[in-house]
Amino acid sequence: MKMLTKRNSYIFLALAATAFFYSRDGDITTSVYATGLAFALPLALAAMVGIMCERTGIVNIGIEGTMLISAFVAFFVAYLTQNIIIGLVASLLVGALMGFILALMAVSWRMDQIIAGTIINILATGLTSFLYVQGKTIPSVFQSFEIPLLSKIPFLGPVLFIHGALTFVGLAVILILYVGIYHTPWGLRSRAVGEHPSSADTAGVSVARLRYINVTIAGAIGALAGAYLALELVGSFERGFIAGKGFTALALMIFGRWNPLGALAAALFFGLTQAYASQLMIDQVVNIPSQFTAALPYILTIVILTISAGKVRPPAAEGQPYEKGQ
Amino acid sequence: MSDTKSIKSDLDNSKKKFDVGSWLIPVIAVLVALFIGAILIKIQGFDPVVAYRSLFKSAFGSVEGLGVTLAKATPLVLAGLAVAVGLRAGLFNIGAQGQLLSGALAAAWAGVTFDGLPGYIHIPVALIIGAFFGSLVAAISGFLKAYRGVHEVITTIMLNSIVMAIADYLASGRLREPGQFLTRTSEISENARLPFFGSIPSGFFIAVILGVFFWWILGRTTSGFRIETVGRNRHAAWYSGISVKRTVVSAMIISGGIAGLGGAVETLGITYRYEPAFNLGLGFDGITIALLGRVHPIGIIPGAILIGGMRAGAANMQFDAGVAPEIVDLLMALILLFVTAPLITRFFKNSSNKSMTSGWGN
Repeated sequence: MKMLTKRNSYIFLALAATAFFYSRDGDITTSVYATGLAFALPLALAAMVGIMCERTGIVNIGIEGTMLISAFVAFFVAYLTQNIIIGLVASLLVGALMGFILALMAVSWRMDQIIAGTIINILATGLTSFLYVQGKTIPSVFQSFEIPLLSKIPFLGPVLFIHGALTFVGLAVILILYVGIYHTPWGLRSRAVGEHPSSADTAGVSVARLRYINVTIAGAIGALAGAYLALELVGSFERGFIAGKGFTALALMIFGRWNPLGALAAALFFGLTQAYASQLMIDQVVNIPSQFTAALPYILTIVILTISAGKVRPPAAEGQPYEKGQ
Repeated sequence: MSDTKSIKSDLDNSKKKFDVGSWLIPVIAVLVALFIGAILIKIQGFDPVVAYRSLFKSAFGSVEGLGVTLAKATPLVLAGLAVAVGLRAGLFNIGAQGQLLSGALAAAWAGVTFDGLPGYIHIPVALIIGAFFGSLVAAISGFLKAYRGVHEVITTIMLNSIVMAIADYLASGRLREPGQFLTRTSEISENARLPFFGSIPSGFFIAVILGVFFWWILGRTTSGFRIETVGRNRHAAWYSGISVKRTVVSAMIISGGIAGLGGAVETLGITYRYEPAFNLGLGFDGITIALLGRVHPIGIIPGAILIGGMRAGAANMQFDAGVAPEIVDLLMALILLFVTAPLITRFFKNSSNKSMTSGWGN
């Protein structure tokens, strides 16, 4: 019950802050929240990759690399075919492939999972910077559109329901993952494999198969995050395009206690902080050096983790290869 | 459960660190990676033989080339050593990048500010200041890990970005070269520059001496034993009376200090000033090199020289064969993949593949 009241007090605090800002200036608050959601989405999706993998006992620090290579594929396939849908599909396939490779290393080869993830990151950096070509453009991005009726709700409408297609897909993925993990047989099996694989094995769950499936799907979710950046939010690709978002997502995953909605809340907090920081810069309300506003989300992450630390517990079988009979 | 078994095999492993198998695996990994790289170069329409000949000839074929190679290898040895010392204590220090940056900037500041000191005082002072600031950054992660249980992977990643922002702020503000619009510090004073022996930078000797020193510390001293024990089994270490918290903090401080020293050596020996474009990615290369050298303080040196050589020769390779220098990043990833793939490992060694890192918490 203590957890519940604490969580509720966070929600209350967030609502009170929103109401306060909204009463001060409705239009700016609305636009900051919409921008905040756009900033938060790739982080939230990347955190979902971590959650899906770690819930089945695989540590994935290759999220950064997965996002990088899938954003690269999304952009350059969209450029070559002049079709962003084909770019998206190719990106999802490559993301799933990266997940599969991680599973191959972690499950079948029983490699150290931190090293396996590092290999994915370095491989992605190497491949994308080796094959990168400058100055290409894609025909369009996934344009924002309004969802009829819902977008007319004051505040919530423009914040939640005027976005590009990938935003809606991304939000749906997060909700589906939440329901999936806590309310379906698949979720129960996954969590069992992550907590105590030998028990799950005894109960008839194939540990290796479930880990393969989950890590592969997680790769595709990471690709969605990369494709969202390349084909909707930014509309381009540069070397070092992901800029640490895949790592930040790991902090959000821990901060959200391996719960999809918790991680989403953490990502929203992060995105809103960034959106507010850039709004403060535009308004020149305060004369903070740009470097400090850029560093603010990272400082906040450390402060919050320090305060809330000691109470989080990762899935018990995380990082350990499973061998039958041990 | 299997803890005692793995500790025993670890101990067996550490006794015969230099057996044939552990030398052969990295060599074969490098050869296989070069072969795959050759196929990729061929697919791109270039000649792999010309490319590799140019790469290795300019990196290792002449005294000058070797000098450049060792200059490139120096920060890689130190970054790799920093990551390796952390891993020995069971800490995955992804923050070598940030620690290295703060060391580089601090050394640049010291090199500019203490103008007029004789070199034999100025250089050590600047090096120590660089190492100190590297330690300072890492100490934050160490304390948070030990006393608040915040995972070091998260704090070190966050600190990388924070240090980058602060360094950028200082180099574009208070520490900026007077009259300069670029974000960079002034050149350090002549006395603060690390000398070259022929074409070999003296920083390389510092790096090698430090590698040997930590091999001795980890393998032959009580404090090293403490670090190794905490790294292998925190509970056993606690049970046998070792202060786990203090060991975690000091291992992190040592690791950050080595990384900071790496940045300082780079500033004092090669770049002579701080600029944000310098030092990029060195800390992350350190992760690869630590793992390539199998987390052995001396074993990382050949790997660092190889990677340093590739970095040094890449520009010439692009000139001679047209291949993009980024192929080095690709080769590094392939080498790391093959050197760690236990399929290959098991082929040579029948001992269990030891886990160098673990999950988020213990």
